[in-house]
Amino acid sequence: MTAVEDRPGDVIQDSPSGGAAGRELGRARRRKEDGRLITGRTKWTDNIVLPGMLHLAMVRSPYAHARITSIDTSAAQGAPNVVAVLTGRDLDDEQGGLPNAWPVTPDQKAPRHPALAVDEVTFAGEAVAVVAARTAAAARDAAELVDVEYEELPVVLDLEEAVTDGAPLAHPSLGTNVSAHWVFDSAEAGTGDDVEQAIARAREDGIVIERRFRQQRLIPAFMEPRSTVVDPTGEQLTMWSATQIPHILRVMLAMVTGIPESKIRVIAPDVGGGFGGKLQVTPEEVTTLLVARRLRKPCKLTETRTESMMVAHHGRDQVQRLTLAATKDGRVTGLKVDLLADMGAYLGLVTSGVPILGAFMFNAIYKFPAYRFECTNVFTNKAWTDAYRGAGRPEATFAIERMMDELAAELGEDPLAVRERNWIRHEEFPFTTVAGLEYDSGNYEAATSRAVELFDYEGLRREQAERRERHDPVQLGIGVSTFTEMCGLAPSRVLGSLSYGAGGWEAASIRMLPTGKVEVVTGSSAHGQGHETAWSQIVAERLGVPFEDVEVLHGDTQVAHKGMDTYGSRSLAVGGIAVVQAADKVVEKARTVAAHLLEADPADIEFTDGRLSVAGTDKGMTLQEIALAVFAAHNMPDGVEPSIDADAVYDPDNFSFPHGTHLCATEVDTETGAVRIRRYVCVDDVGEVVNPLIVEGQVHGGLAQGIAQALYEEAIHDDQGTLTTATFVDYLLPSAVDLPHFVTDRTTTPSSTNPLGVKGVGEAGTIASTPAVVNAVLDAVRHLGVEDIQMPMTPQRVWRAIQEAVPVAQEESR
Amino acid sequence: MIPTAFEYASPTTVEEAVAALAEAVSHHRDVKVLAGGQSLLPVLRLRLAAPELVVDLSRVEGLRGVRDDGDAIVIGAMTTHDEVMRDPLVNEHDLLLALTTRTVADPQVRHRGTFGGSLAHADPAGDLLAPALALDAQLVIAGPSGRTRTVAAHDFFTDLFTTTLDEDELLVEVRVPKYTGWGASYQKFNRVAQAWSIVGVAAAVKSDGGTIGEARIGLTNMASTPVRARAVEQALVGQPATDEAIRAAVADVTAGTQPPADANADADYRRHLAGVLTRRAVLAAAGA
Repeated sequence: MTAVEDRPGDVIQDSPSGGAAGRELGRARRRKEDGRLITGRTKWTDNIVLPGMLHLAMVRSPYAHARITSIDTSAAQGAPNVVAVLTGRDLDDEQGGLPNAWPVTPDQKAPRHPALAVDEVTFAGEAVAVVAARTAAAARDAAELVDVEYEELPVVLDLEEAVTDGAPLAHPSLGTNVSAHWVFDSAEAGTGDDVEQAIARAREDGIVIERRFRQQRLIPAFMEPRSTVVDPTGEQLTMWSATQIPHILRVMLAMVTGIPESKIRVIAPDVGGGFGGKLQVTPEEVTTLLVARRLRKPCKLTETRTESMMVAHHGRDQVQRLTLAATKDGRVTGLKVDLLADMGAYLGLVTSGVPILGAFMFNAIYKFPAYRFECTNVFTNKAWTDAYRGAGRPEATFAIERMMDELAAELGEDPLAVRERNWIRHEEFPFTTVAGLEYDSGNYEAATSRAVELFDYEGLRREQAERRERHDPVQLGIGVSTFTEMCGLAPSRVLGSLSYGAGGWEAASIRMLPTGKVEVVTGSSAHGQGHETAWSQIVAERLGVPFEDVEVLHGDTQVAHKGMDTYGSRSLAVGGIAVVQAADKVVEKARTVAAHLLEADPADIEFTDGRLSVAGTDKGMTLQEIALAVFAAHNMPDGVEPSIDADAVYDPDNFSFPHGTHLCATEVDTETGAVRIRRYVCVDDVGEVVNPLIVEGQVHGGLAQGIAQALYEEAIHDDQGTLTTATFVDYLLPSAVDLPHFVTDRTTTPSSTNPLGVKGVGEAGTIASTPAVVNAVLDAVRHLGVEDIQMPMTPQRVWRAIQEAVPVAQEESR
Repeated sequence: MIPTAFEYASPTTVEEAVAALAEAVSHHRDVKVLAGGQSLLPVLRLRLAAPELVVDLSRVEGLRGVRDDGDAIVIGAMTTHDEVMRDPLVNEHDLLLALTTRTVADPQVRHRGTFGGSLAHADPAGDLLAPALALDAQLVIAGPSGRTRTVAAHDFFTDLFTTTLDEDELLVEVRVPKYTGWGASYQKFNRVAQAWSIVGVAAAVKSDGGTIGEARIGLTNMASTPVRARAVEQALVGQPATDEAIRAAVADVTAGTQPPADANADADYRRHLAGVLTRRAVLAAAGA
């Protein structure tokens, strides 16, 4: 395996082959969908125009918490080209409540969540009315003419304040800001020891480290703002939406509106990114549906970027309190985690479960005996949070990787050495963790040793020492992050045990067309991941047909009638396996037909490179020839249906657990607080790889997002609850020039939970990189007495931390 | 988002443009001039402004280009940032302006945004105000009935987003005196490449044999207008171009500044940055 260091001007080319000659799996193919996606000559939802279509615009609350005392729509109703203005009250008989599919505890508190607020608004930007007009401009103009009177109510914004006595209530009717309290305790679960005892022992004769970390609120910032078109004409109502979850959306729309599921068709056409931000059933989707049905006209609602940033769900936003116990020689003996998780004003589709997903990852790659996790889900008057790339796992990984560095600092040891002392050795897999998961496979030693080599770890440590020695204004720090995550969401029985409302299987169908072309129908709908290319490679390999002959269909509930959609790095490890299983069924069906046509016993039919032949002879037919013969159906075996098409639904037995070692070197300008990433090396082990280019792309994008959490991004509200970072002027996303050249490599430890040996890569970079960067910055200034800097580590925060710190040497001499 | 409706004029000469402005002003209509659109269009789309008339200068050929005029170079107001930063005359005679322009946003913005538009918009976080001030640029303004006037940069910027331009006037060109052979540096401090400057320091230095002969320094985003650090300029004269000497000379750079506070930086941190960046800018400009 070779390392890839990209440099300006590098041209990515198709590699002629991957592993064995002619094989499709492992081949670095350029993505077949990119031409249309990059040029925009495709069916983005906002490109869809239907005859007679109306345009909608939302009227949104400027207040974070207020009672609606009156709404006067008359001026808007009378404006040019306006067809209707509807308030929450107008639609209240039909709008129901938006769904939360994850009641994490039986007594979880959840306010009703109307698509349009009726009496009370509980975050700034919440929609209170909608305008339908003949043009988008007229709708927007008229929205400003809707006169809403509010009576302001007290707001609660801060997570820690929200759980104090006497704090204002985000929803006064609930009587509390606490939605749920969820606990995992290894002693109670029988997966380990009692953590309080471990901490008590460490206080007597060991090391106890206590820290509080703040996971700031992030905005998913997908490239394509959300857009929905609903056509109510005809027998079935059709919704096009920029969503990650057309199948789940269809089920939920039926439940919310009472429209029979069979009368709803949902299409996710090409979708421009999501990062979890489009894993939602939104007020905008439900409103568009209700208005279109009421007016009997197709309607479109496309949000502005600012609306997207204000009201599309946010991510992270937790306060993490951790207590780590260890022996004097640096062996971790227990970890206690106490989380406050900000739900925002409502529970979205999986809002309440996001922190719970993290519960299983705080122990990470380490094998310590005692663990307790408790989480309090809290309401505030802000946009609701929900899944965002990694969803619970980045928060957990950040916390444990920061704690391992703190332990190393306490011991005065190299952070890699401390990790190695505590991690699961490769010969110990499969390994059941203290959180109760069974890690299928991994080799932390191999990934780490490769990363250290690529990084020139020793060389950079020497340079770091020299810079410290000469008091260089630019200090160097090295950050380590050895992460794992759970991918392939998810075994349905596990989801059931966590009270999640659905399963975790995935469906696929393969249709052998008479002309030899192959249609692959997948329930895993892409929004930028490259499914069309990867699935084509899998099918081309499995069926021995040309890559170009494979077409992948997805995202339309009328075409792909069954599916669980795309999130949680599940597509390849679950959806890809369904494709494999369907392909294998096609071959088995073809074998029966081939045996009949070739006048041989099915047991004597061999399948190689797309050809079914009689063993030991030159008699044979290609799969594509059999497809034509089956289409004609002139000569089928008795009792065999004339079809070799196949369906499969795959429910994984276990998650998959990719891992990796990320090393980051940062230069910190102590005069200004500016941070520059000098070198970033990551060696990821995602199991077997279908397309290395796609993996590389996922890693790069993930790194950018994780680095951005460490250094740049933060959703900030003023004390009234108004989002002050509602444009990209204030919400900072890094671009290519702000990021280093990533040095990436892979080790390959195949997953033992699925036949492709794949693990998943969609979230790896995001999960691993944030602690690598933060650890690196702190490593650069720790000798100056800096112990922590809140994310994002802005230059001002870094500079001020240095100003306020007491240098370590001085402290020791006092 | 969609702007409110407005009328649109697309003149082809300065005279037509000024006439359109005058006509609007005489009828008390709210009018905005559209240059490169890099500030105005976002403002319109966010509905922070709702002019009744937009006068688009993109078809006025005479406003574009750079020419040599003896002791100054003259830059047409509609010359794009990309044209300015690549122009041989600018690079030869006003290196500070070329270097500063290179730091503006990203290539897309630099191909659309214009030098004159940037100055007329007068955003104190905009990078080009400080070099214009430091280099004593002269701004040539056309008004109704063929009237023109010239205003020095230090008189042109009056407040946040505010200049001496009247509503019926148009900035047509900028005369920048030549500083041939001067060293220059623009120290821009921001968090990501496309973000506005938190603080910026523009320095042009004439030095001879390691001694500073003259210096010109302008500060970005340290007050509601760009700030000229005249006391520091004087303190630098005759100093050796060493870290120590320059450190001492720039110590008072924040005198007379009133830095803003925002999520990226409070006023104290901005003052601190201005000191560090001024030292670095002068050192770099002096070739030290």
